[in-house]
Amino acid sequence: MEIVYALAIGVLTGAGVWLLLRPRTFQVLMGLTLLSYATNIFIFGMGRLALHKAPVIESTNAVDPSLYADPLPQSLVLTAIVIGFATTALFLVVLMTLRGTTGTDHVDGREP
Amino acid sequence: MDLLLRHVIVLPVLIPLLAGTAMLFLSEARRGTRILLAVGSMVAQLAVGCLLLFLTSDEASFIWQQGVGVYAIGGWGAPFGIVLVVDRLSAVMITLAATVALSTMVYSISRWDRPGQPFHSLFQLLTMGINGAFLTGDLFNLFVFFEVMLAASYGLLLKGVVAPRLKAGMHYIVVNLAASFLFLIGVALIYGVAGTLNMADLAGKAAALSSGDRALFDAGAAILGVAFLVKAGSWPLNFWLPGAYSQASAPVAAAFAMMTKVGLYSVLRVGTILGADERIGAALFYLGIATLVTAAIAMLGAKHLARLVAYSVLVSMGILLATLGLQEDVLTAPVMYYMILSVLTSAAFFMLTGMTDRTRITDPPTDVEDASTGESQPIYVGYGIKEPSVYRDDDDEIGIPIPATMAFLGLMFVCCVLLLTGLPPLPGFIAKFAVMSTAVQTAEGTGGHAAVWLLCGAVLLSGLTGVIALSRVGMRLFWGAARITPRLRVLEAAPVAVLVMLCLALGIWAGPVAQYLDSAARSLHQPDTYIEAVLAPQEGSPGVVP
Repeated sequence: MEIVYALAIGVLTGAGVWLLLRPRTFQVLMGLTLLSYATNIFIFGMGRLALHKAPVIESTNAVDPSLYADPLPQSLVLTAIVIGFATTALFLVVLMTLRGTTGTDHVDGREP
Repeated sequence: MDLLLRHVIVLPVLIPLLAGTAMLFLSEARRGTRILLAVGSMVAQLAVGCLLLFLTSDEASFIWQQGVGVYAIGGWGAPFGIVLVVDRLSAVMITLAATVALSTMVYSISRWDRPGQPFHSLFQLLTMGINGAFLTGDLFNLFVFFEVMLAASYGLLLKGVVAPRLKAGMHYIVVNLAASFLFLIGVALIYGVAGTLNMADLAGKAAALSSGDRALFDAGAAILGVAFLVKAGSWPLNFWLPGAYSQASAPVAAAFAMMTKVGLYSVLRVGTILGADERIGAALFYLGIATLVTAAIAMLGAKHLARLVAYSVLVSMGILLATLGLQEDVLTAPVMYYMILSVLTSAAFFMLTGMTDRTRITDPPTDVEDASTGESQPIYVGYGIKEPSVYRDDDDEIGIPIPATMAFLGLMFVCCVLLLTGLPPLPGFIAKFAVMSTAVQTAEGTGGHAAVWLLCGAVLLSGLTGVIALSRVGMRLFWGAARITPRLRVLEAAPVAVLVMLCLALGIWAGPVAQYLDSAARSLHQPDTYIEAVLAPQEGSPGVVP
């Protein structure tokens, strides 16, 4: 599982960086989105990968941390997703407005 | 009284949040109420900043031990709960931010804030993000406050949609989003290794790591440092900055002058708590020198005054980074003094740019050659208002035009130039001299001669290019033909004058200021008191054993 997980992060990051360096605004947007996926999965992975473990600790059972997944990275991911999503939406608005005002989808606002 | 004072720490975050939210419920027509709220909030923040300055000083040591105040949000103490921490450095930064924000807010009232509904709310949220970043004691919280600040700054930058501004805004957003992802990766790596995000707790946990984990931790810290340096505008991560700052409207650019210092503050805070080693110091030093040199050269090539001022922000950032990179504890206090002056001066200069632009008969040339200034103004159309002209003076505004306009503009211009380039008799000279003489003194004891002389040479040369570039623009601006004399309002002239006077006051009372900054630097370089204060069990919190 770890190797698949790591490969997924690597592929997403690689594709994201490549798209980020492209000249079209939509490609840049896609690159940022892929990068944010990679980052979110990475944060999640930092809580250690575990199967069939709840992130919520039940007070009735004896508390043994090894029975549970780390809840903190999951909450960090949630926050990061929300913030990334909002800023990407804002970027989409800027992208459309720039397209409307300059008539081109090049990131510099004019064709090279 | 004691109980009330404990809650003062959260006010710099709470006041702008409440004011910014309350404004959302006011209709566009109720401009007076909104302005009252906005200015009231800024004045309150300034008052709180001054109160924090006093509470963290030695005279008030009966309230907080060693001048470090901790506020556990939600009543849970560190390391599990989220805490806000105020020490002398945070108090200085909050007061500085409130000063800049208040003056730019007053300035913006004269013409720049319309349509005002989004502008004023965004401005409040910007100050909230900045204050929060100065106060937080938690790495992930730092990220959240950075994002609050950046999200507000995106909106402010894009206000009044025109093509060049949109283009600069897009670059700004992309670079900062990418930097935010780096920030997150760094935070996640650190959490994955150390298992905590509380800065004070991290210091202890990092020291106890095994060598393999330590390498991962250092990698995380380095990635975090890159994210901070993007915000701070360090070379080679700063090519977005001149475009964004010079395209922003004048008060927004002035408020942005504070934002790069948030990155610097984070470098300083995280660096001192985690105990940065000398490799990081060397990297900071050379990055700072590179920033300084490239920005000084770029100043010679800039045509437009706002762009020139943006480069001078980079020059001062280069000086700050390079000096901190020397890693001499005695240098921190002069560096802070220089930073305060440079923030105040750049803010005043950006605001001045907004006024001198109006002496032009034609619209100002931009450094980009495409002349496609967009005719469509979606935002203004959306609000059903005529776009206020920035360069023409034809609106019937309330406010008194001030006499002797050109003399005032010229005087302010000269003061700003002297302050920025560090020429006597204005205090910019004291700041630069203090930095350089302290650096030379430290070099005498140790072997770091070459680095110190490199720094001094670069600082002096950057001052020279600054004088050349600024005086060239100044001659064209004030002695060139084909100029019109703009009508200035007291509301826009006064903030610039106040900021310049404040710089002069900082020069006259440099003694007490330096004393306070010295004590701030001392407590910064003894992170143990900070760590102990944060990790001490909070009053009223459940008995958490760290």
